[in-house]
Amino acid sequence: MAEYWHKNPERVEAINKYLESQPEAEVILYGEIAEMDFVNAGKGSSDVKNTLKRLGVDPDTLRRIAVAAYEAEINVAAHSRGGKMTSMIFDDMIHIIYEDEGPGIADIEQAMTPGFSTADDLVREMGFGAGQGLPNIKKNADALHIQSEAGCPTTVDIITYFA
Amino acid sequence: MNLCEIVKLLEGEVLTPEVTMDKEVPCAFASDLISDILMCTQEPALLLTGLTNTQVIRLSDMIDLVAIIFVRGKRPSYELIEMAQERNLPLITTNYTLYRSSGILYNAGLRSCKT
Repeated sequence: MAEYWHKNPERVEAINKYLESQPEAEVILYGEIAEMDFVNAGKGSSDVKNTLKRLGVDPDTLRRIAVAAYEAEINVAAHSRGGKMTSMIFDDMIHIIYEDEGPGIADIEQAMTPGFSTADDLVREMGFGAGQGLPNIKKNADALHIQSEAGCPTTVDIITYFA
Repeated sequence: MNLCEIVKLLEGEVLTPEVTMDKEVPCAFASDLISDILMCTQEPALLLTGLTNTQVIRLSDMIDLVAIIFVRGKRPSYELIEMAQERNLPLITTNYTLYRSSGILYNAGLRSCKT
């Protein structure tokens, strides 16, 4: 299974420690994402943002988390057969996991290239498919992890620290 | 710049009568690409766009939009207008194109938002 990792150099130690210890989250949110459902796509990310806002996360961090979460949620709706997002909220960070039902990414490096997109006309008409989704997530998150293979489900992890 | 002034400059029509128009607009961004809007809007901004699907309102859940101007005479669905009213987000439509609308507002002193 092909794998891609991006970790913010300033957070590498904390991220690795977290991944090793796998602590229990304070709050967990679940969201379903249906294939090509652009009426509901984005609701899960709205829920995450509203929850973090109530917990007192600062506006700039809130925006970065919401943008990354939304781009990933749209990717599942636009490019997969549907899936789910699980948001694990801790004292100092959030870890969101997206798991879809395939059909997978043939070349992850290519998918990470700004401007590269496999979006169809319908998706493009809605203003998506600019090929900025994954680069936008990378820019806004402290960690981005993609695991995929052509014909297989894709898993995406996004980790962002609050301060 | 005040939102009502913007409506006047663009000969616009307000689509959300229940939402307050007494808002100051610090800056603006214009695009028809959702990822660009997400990437370039790092402060409260006015959005000018030709997109009229409901994801434009979802965008406003993620980033801070002061109001949305639909250009080229585009009119969103009733459902979209409802979603905006629930969020207290003013919607305006103008017959001017994206380029012309942006030019008018820029000339009137409305700056581009920080990217």
